[in-house]
Amino acid sequence: MAKAKLDKTESPAMLEEFYRQMLFIRRFEEKCNVAYRAGKIGGYMHTYVGMEATAVGIHHAIKPTYDYMITAYRDHPQPLLLGTDPVSVMSEIMGRSGGLSRGKGGSMHVYDIERGFYGGWGIVGGHIPLGGGLAFASKYRGEDRVTICLLGDGAANQGVVFETMNMAALWDLPIIFCIENNEFAMGTRLEYHAADTELYKRGEPFGIKSERIDGMDVVAFNAEMKRIVEWVRKEQKPYWVEIMNYRFHGHGAADNDRELYRTKAEEAEAMKRDPIAILEKTLIERNIMTREKMEAIDEELSDKVEAIYEAADASPFPDASEVYDNVYTDMEPEKGH
Amino acid sequence: MAATEVSSKVMSYRDAISKVLAEEIEHDENVFIMGEDIGRYQGTFRVTQGMFEKFGGKRVIDTPITECGFTGIAIGAAMAGLRPIVEMMTMSFSILAMDQIINHAAKIHYMTGGQAKCPMVIRGPGGAAKQLSAQHTHCVEGWYAHAPGLKVVAPATAIDAYGMLRTAIRDDNPVIFTENPGLYTVMGEVPDDKDFMVPFGKANILREGTDVSLIGYSRMTQVNLAAAEKLAAEGISAEVVDVRSLSPLDMTTINASVAKTHRAVVVYEDWKFGGFGGEIASRISEESFDDLDAPVVRCGGLNVPTPYARNLELECIPDADDVIAAVRKLS
Repeated sequence: MAKAKLDKTESPAMLEEFYRQMLFIRRFEEKCNVAYRAGKIGGYMHTYVGMEATAVGIHHAIKPTYDYMITAYRDHPQPLLLGTDPVSVMSEIMGRSGGLSRGKGGSMHVYDIERGFYGGWGIVGGHIPLGGGLAFASKYRGEDRVTICLLGDGAANQGVVFETMNMAALWDLPIIFCIENNEFAMGTRLEYHAADTELYKRGEPFGIKSERIDGMDVVAFNAEMKRIVEWVRKEQKPYWVEIMNYRFHGHGAADNDRELYRTKAEEAEAMKRDPIAILEKTLIERNIMTREKMEAIDEELSDKVEAIYEAADASPFPDASEVYDNVYTDMEPEKGH
Repeated sequence: MAATEVSSKVMSYRDAISKVLAEEIEHDENVFIMGEDIGRYQGTFRVTQGMFEKFGGKRVIDTPITECGFTGIAIGAAMAGLRPIVEMMTMSFSILAMDQIINHAAKIHYMTGGQAKCPMVIRGPGGAAKQLSAQHTHCVEGWYAHAPGLKVVAPATAIDAYGMLRTAIRDDNPVIFTENPGLYTVMGEVPDDKDFMVPFGKANILREGTDVSLIGYSRMTQVNLAAAEKLAAEGISAEVVDVRSLSPLDMTTINASVAKTHRAVVVYEDWKFGGFGGEIASRISEESFDDLDAPVVRCGGLNVPTPYARNLELECIPDADDVIAAVRKLS
């Protein structure tokens, strides 16, 4: 699978940062789940637990806030990594006025446009051409930006994905399609939704460079993504990457029926690939961090997440008068019931 | 318009659109056009004739036949600061892109809480031409006007096509700009002014009258003008209100006309059932009830898929006689 050789040149500081970021995402997402069950978060919410190495590995391969990024509705970790105020992320998830969209988007629609994060979309596969458009725009202007377009294995079957792949190849758009293959399209297992489960092959008919990479070992994964991002930045052409990971929680917070599509034994087996545990092992093997230090970091980050939640919970709900704001840039829509 | 005297030229609706497209490509480097067969093939309705040669493939882009995909690419490019113009070979094909238009473009500004904008135009012919059958003749403007976040305009004259398309291109919101195959050859005076704009949300009285208001948009405004001429011969004075802009909608001008004439016929080519004319009719009833001497009447397309046979097709589309028949219901 993996092609890049691990050169082990990552500094201890870098590996500690990987660790802190992955653990922060996990604790943040776990807090979201608690808040959801407490009725503090509504609607649909999809956490990133189990997939943290993917977000962190990509983040450290791109030029953060310069390169463009777009994803579906599993969209909490990307802005957290880009430096967005986590209170504004949590506030958005809780539908508060302190949210990035002042409560208009919610968990599935998190955006930080200033930092190049274009959301946050709810129609499976629908955001893929938008990603193509971001890459189109940077190419049009002669910039050397790379667009990261994340999508799930379920989205990889949508017709518009193939349409976008065709145009990305036809027009040499600098976009990396990152399929986060967590093995399930909601509750439908890969082998029941994909004619060929080796999704990485789908780039090949379009002449798009394609490969499959493990997304659970953040160190190895990051090295692979760096290689790919550098290639796309230089060549200004598309790339199709199938990233193998696994989500430990349900599809969304409302998915309480995981046993309908996978067994507890299978989950236990998958959790042996826990990206945080893999990194902990590396940190210990390389004498970078002790268990005690890890526990201290965990405590620190858990406290931080609590503080973020408290601050978000203190943010008021948006004023009713704001309901008409931002439908248009320059006028209000027709009003009233 | 500029304060100084501006010369004008008589040209077709089609040429007026071509003129403003070329002018805006020259005016703003972020403006480009994309669509099927618009470049090397010169456009199915020849609206983009000569532009590929003049501006090159960066600004005039031939796309694959993938409406959903290229509309989505245009939306993404608009979010990132470009100002795309998407040509739909016919607006019927925009139905393939409806997920992108309704689920994405229309909601970007709102869902981002104002962080992102989507300045783009989707334009092309909607409605019947001549024997194009059922799949190439939809009037979709009412479908789009139904969705908040989109602006929808449907000019009926060359000067409005010229002025409103520029307004659309310079607007920071997604705009649906519907043309009509039957309008491309309509001639009219067009000012020679590269900043000439017709604002959205302003209906226009094209013919004054005192007995009945004929309210329509796009090609139906031309039908209403013909009906008004015939009615005049019978001593009935019809006022022709060209709505021009469906969203935003100028009810002030429409209500003022009804206050004068006390009778209203709303004419639209789209299927009569559930069409945009119903919105106008209900608004008149709600807002001008005391001014009305008769119920508001709708005159719309027949509720059938457009048939191929010419005689059947003509049966479906409202013409001047259908409008006159509707006026007679009001007496």
